[in-house]
Amino acid sequence: MRKQPALIEADGLSVAVPGRGLPFLRGAPLSILAEVSLAVRPGEIVCLIGESGSGKTTFGRALLGLVRPSSGSIAVDGVALPDFSARSFRALRRQAALLFQDPVSSFNPRQRIGAMMAEPRHIAGVGSTRLADIVALAGQVGLAERFLARFPHALSGGQARRAAVARALSVTPRLIVADEPTAGLDVSVQGGVLNLFLDIREQHDTAFLLITHNLSVVRHIADRIVILYLGRVVESGRAGDVLRSPRHPYTRALLDSEPVPDPARRRAEPPVIGEVPSIARRPTGCEFHTRCPRAQPRCRSEAPVLLDEPGERQVACHFPLPEAVNIPAPGRRMAQS
Amino acid sequence: MKPPVLKPPPVNAPVLDMHNVSVSYGAHVPAVLGVDLTVRPREIVGIIGESGSGKSTLAHSVLGLLPKTARMSGERFMLAGADILKADRTALAALRGPSAAMIFQNPMTAFSPIHSLGRQLTDLLWRDHAQSGAQKRARIVAALAEVGIPDPVGRLDAFPFQLSGGMLQRVAIAAALLMQPALLIADEPTTALDVTMEAQILHLMRSLRERAGVSILIISHHLGVIAEICDRVAVMYAGRIVEEGTVEAIFRDPRHPYTQALFACEPALVPTGVRRLPVIAGEVPRPGGRLCDFAARCAVKAARCLEQAPPWTRSGEFPVHHVRCHGSALSGNVPSGRGS
Repeated sequence: MRKQPALIEADGLSVAVPGRGLPFLRGAPLSILAEVSLAVRPGEIVCLIGESGSGKTTFGRALLGLVRPSSGSIAVDGVALPDFSARSFRALRRQAALLFQDPVSSFNPRQRIGAMMAEPRHIAGVGSTRLADIVALAGQVGLAERFLARFPHALSGGQARRAAVARALSVTPRLIVADEPTAGLDVSVQGGVLNLFLDIREQHDTAFLLITHNLSVVRHIADRIVILYLGRVVESGRAGDVLRSPRHPYTRALLDSEPVPDPARRRAEPPVIGEVPSIARRPTGCEFHTRCPRAQPRCRSEAPVLLDEPGERQVACHFPLPEAVNIPAPGRRMAQS
Repeated sequence: MKPPVLKPPPVNAPVLDMHNVSVSYGAHVPAVLGVDLTVRPREIVGIIGESGSGKSTLAHSVLGLLPKTARMSGERFMLAGADILKADRTALAALRGPSAAMIFQNPMTAFSPIHSLGRQLTDLLWRDHAQSGAQKRARIVAALAEVGIPDPVGRLDAFPFQLSGGMLQRVAIAAALLMQPALLIADEPTTALDVTMEAQILHLMRSLRERAGVSILIISHHLGVIAEICDRVAVMYAGRIVEEGTVEAIFRDPRHPYTQALFACEPALVPTGVRRLPVIAGEVPRPGGRLCDFAARCAVKAARCLEQAPPWTRSGEFPVHHVRCHGSALSGNVPSGRGS
């Protein structure tokens, strides 16, 4: 079906944690991720979007084995991992790198930036750790040589982000999983980090899984978008299609919530009220029905299935929004229903 | 050189009135330089700027929350009728709450993790000796209900970790409102929240202005947030206000090259399909330069910019709009967002 085999493919990946309470008296396990399937092809930029509590960070970690999946499978180049043991994931992690949400806390505060960048090469036993090569590595992400002798605390937010990218690049991964790569950055700097991702992809054909809730950024960089709600995929598809014409009411609500930098287009009412329900008390039926403006009685009782639609689109909704006929101008929101 | 007073003859006395206020850390590290800023009753004023522009220092100076090494000076710094420059620590403490209250960026760290929310909110009312515990409790429940907390009575016994970030930010707003402040200062109030919650919190803040008549000073680097709720906007760069005007003036007709660059970088304003986002090269310099601080990064700088400090001039066609730039009169006609 697909033109290209997936670089990495998660099939029905679930993560559950033990329920609360004493052993033997524990409640049922809490499922944080419920059967998420997602594939990233070589050189593709996939954005995983959701509110806090949607399981998007857990998915990124589970994919690289930092959180142990409870069921499902992960395949690299079409070959499934035999099990979820540390050994299997170690092999996978040689091809993939994770950029943590807060780069500075992912550095050793007593290790200089240059040594930090060289460390993955040293551990993996690939590539050169000679100074000239580390300087070249830093140059790839736009960090000057003088930064290599610094400690993490002496970097600005954007510089720390670049240093983290350089560390990830040091073993030329085929996939970079980036968790909120622009959180906390000024607008004048975040473009630089995203442009760097595009450069890396161009040079090395690296694929990216970007985990974010910043939709205005997603609009510029994503090839494909996957929307998570309470640990389940509710919609996915090509970025342009999903953003132009969201089919799931939750996607629509997310898009409408993004404030538009135009004082003439203020909103009278917030597009969606309430907050993400607790995973300990998942709503029955469609899990979004408690906040959905289009909810019907059926949504309360019957859970929708994630159905394939034409054009690599998937939607899990009983009453999906119709395909938009008119194509709105960039960033324009349509009249709210 | 002293900038002219912005303010037209006041209808109501401003809640916050700063004139030529500077703050420095120690003697040699200036953070805020010669700031003029007024917030009138029921007005929502926004401050935009990159990290390091001094916007948080400015907000903290109003509440007397600056570290001991900070030095403040200025011609006038009045908060709800009180002179901040002459106030000692005790006087400042008395102003916090009734005159100005603050909402912080991260609600998770704004509360004590080991005391219940009810206890922490009751503690805020320590000044009201005359009221009984039950009366205070009723006030707190009313304030929590006002900001849209479901089951406010039940929340009194909850601890901060039991609430989501959005709910906790609502509690923080309720805590601020309990003091019935003349001015509410919000430092990046929605940065730590999801977009859906951000929209709700902004809506709540706007409705509080209508219902409680509070003035709001909001600090954000998110242009969408500023556009959503502000009446007037000041743009800070390297400790100085470089442009100030009504929200329409700033968003429709930004005149300072820095403001224009900020708008150019805003991903929501870059047309969809453009993959490479623009950036502002270089970094925010340390505040305190004698000339234009933005000159090193400015795309339209002239010889004059490297010779004398830019004047604070009236600009554009909007009624309230000033800019600190040599070339501002010439650099109009920059499309601001869409539809203009």
